[in-house]
Amino acid sequence: MSSNSNSSPAKYVLTQEDRSITFRPNGDWTLDQVAAIDPVLTAELQALDYDMVYYDFTDLGELDTAGAYMFARAVRIGPGQRHFWVVTEGTKGQQTLMQAAADAVKGKPPVVDRQWYDSLTRLGKATERFFTEVFETLAFIGKFFAVFFKLMLRPRQIRWNSVVSLIEEIGLNAAPIVVTLCFFIGAVIAYMGASLLASFGASVFMVDLVGVSVLRELAPIITAILIAGRSDSAFTAQIGAMKMRQEVDAMTVIGLDTFETLVVPRAIACLVSLPILTFLGMMSGVFAGMLIAWTGEIDISPVLFFQRLNEVVGVKAFWVGMVKTPFFAVIIAVIGCRQGLAVTGSVESLGSRTTQSVVQSIFAVIAVNAIFAILFYQMGI
Amino acid sequence: MSIEDKDTAPPMEAHGILTQFGTNVIHENLDFRVEKGEIVGLVGGSGTGKSVLLNTMLGLKEPEGGIIRYFGRDRTELTKEEREAINNEMGVLFQGGALFSSLSVRENIMVPLREHTDLPVPLMRELADMKIHMVGLPAQSATLYPSDLSGGMKKRAGLARSLSLDPKLLFLDEPTAGLDPVGANAFDELILGLREAMDLTILMITHDLDSLYTICDRVAVLVDKRIAIADTLPKVQEYDHPWVKEYFGGPRSRAALKAGKT
Ligand SMILES: Nc1ncnc2c1ncn2[C@@H]1O[C@H](COP(=O)(O)OP(=O)(O)O)[C@@H](O)[C@H]1O
Ligand SMILES: [Mg+2]
Repeated sequence: MSSNSNSSPAKYVLTQEDRSITFRPNGDWTLDQVAAIDPVLTAELQALDYDMVYYDFTDLGELDTAGAYMFARAVRIGPGQRHFWVVTEGTKGQQTLMQAAADAVKGKPPVVDRQWYDSLTRLGKATERFFTEVFETLAFIGKFFAVFFKLMLRPRQIRWNSVVSLIEEIGLNAAPIVVTLCFFIGAVIAYMGASLLASFGASVFMVDLVGVSVLRELAPIITAILIAGRSDSAFTAQIGAMKMRQEVDAMTVIGLDTFETLVVPRAIACLVSLPILTFLGMMSGVFAGMLIAWTGEIDISPVLFFQRLNEVVGVKAFWVGMVKTPFFAVIIAVIGCRQGLAVTGSVESLGSRTTQSVVQSIFAVIAVNAIFAILFYQMGI
Repeated sequence: MSIEDKDTAPPMEAHGILTQFGTNVIHENLDFRVEKGEIVGLVGGSGTGKSVLLNTMLGLKEPEGGIIRYFGRDRTELTKEEREAINNEMGVLFQGGALFSSLSVRENIMVPLREHTDLPVPLMRELADMKIHMVGLPAQSATLYPSDLSGGMKKRAGLARSLSLDPKLLFLDEPTAGLDPVGANAFDELILGLREAMDLTILMITHDLDSLYTICDRVAVLVDKRIAIADTLPKVQEYDHPWVKEYFGGPRSRAALKAGKT
């Protein structure tokens, strides 16, 4: 503090007469002084037995709230009780400060103390939270579909403006990264396939490998995970911030349905964007495979590549991949919006909800994909 | 800085301030000073740049022109240490309270103490509780989080935090806005009491005519991109400017004046 250099150290003189003490401080009693004097003063006061405190501020230099608080230590007996006290010499400001400090030591502030069973409590609460979370997500999905189908019957009520701008944000802006990523994945699969299958003398099967894996599994799942990470965090943060600033409450009061205005447009935007992005991803992955096949050691010409792709992979793998995307789209949108709406007042809840939203949606995408794999296998597709 | 300077020089002085966002000029050739120990009220229409002026005076925003002096020292000539020392002499209550939402009220008040002193934590906690008491919050609110507080309580908690280092200069941005009249009066009383107890110099942006009439020593008027007049209330009311006439001549003002006089 600026007064540091020229402040004089806090000292005091304590004298006792019968059952009253006189406290005569000198020097500056300020924030930067109190740490040193506190233990000394407290110890000395505890040793004394008295009923009344006289304060004499004649020699006192600067005083601030921390200093006054130190003085007030003398009047504290226990929670809610204090000794009588009087300022015999001192300015009005010093008296006011002293009054505030003496009042402050009277009140008993609440203390949070830790118990040994706290960790058990936390464990129990976490378990409970897990189940309510699952339950609430399912309930949210149910409510979403109810509103969604209701709106499908009256498409004019859908907020197309926000749908379009969301499609730009979710679909268009994500296209470059999806295409790039799927290109790399396709290339990696092609290289691995080429080198592995070459040892059997069956390099031409790498076309099957690339075609099936990219079209059926990789392009849909990579796209979905990417959008889950990219757009879910955005959904949760946007809606969460609106929740924190009571915008959501305002909408409800005005009569806007939060599902209609916030959730459904995002779901529709995802439903439109995800298949298109997946399609782009598929093209890019297959294209990467074709490039590797053509330029690599195995030397399969593009014509041959597509011929084989047509013969053995066919359009079925494409549809198997595509059919999953609307499910992913709904999962992503619903989880992101639900977590956003679950944000409460604090910044921390915004952070934890955003994390949860990304983790949950990626988890759900992979789980649903596994269910589809089992289903298609059983159906012999 | 030397003691002589500090005791006589005005705590805050702005000279020839020019502020603009792009081509939008907010302040032009603005002069303003706050003398030691006074409570100055800053008034002006919505959007005239009161909050921006506050940010400029706090150093959150550098003005496009002009100089700011703290305790007689040009802000741009201060060393980093001096600047920090002066920052500790200033407390701010922002318009929305600006409490850290992840910390309890007590922890909020402890933040400046943790940052700038090396007191033991229990003592910090006690001092924080004293501030909570001083601003008139119930002791139980110490462990509450900002989202659990009402608007008035948030203001009080924000004030408690701004007082935690015992500043010499206190800035308040619309401290009584959004409080009920009883709460606003109590807040005014609180400010007066704190000034007396802590030897504060206070600059408050306010739209609350009651505050202007009851606690402000001087009133500064921000119109036409500058402080047109900064003087005692009767003189400001005499000032010949349409906005000032309208502001102090309106029905609300007359009511507040009557209430203030009785
Ligand atoms: N960061 C900013 N960028 C551009 N303009 C701003 C910015 N901050 C404030 N303004 C403008 O400055 C003007 C004054 O704002 P403000 O100081 O908040 O007004 P008030 O006097 O009501 O507190 C307003 O017109 C506002 O639009
Ligand atoms: Mg403002």
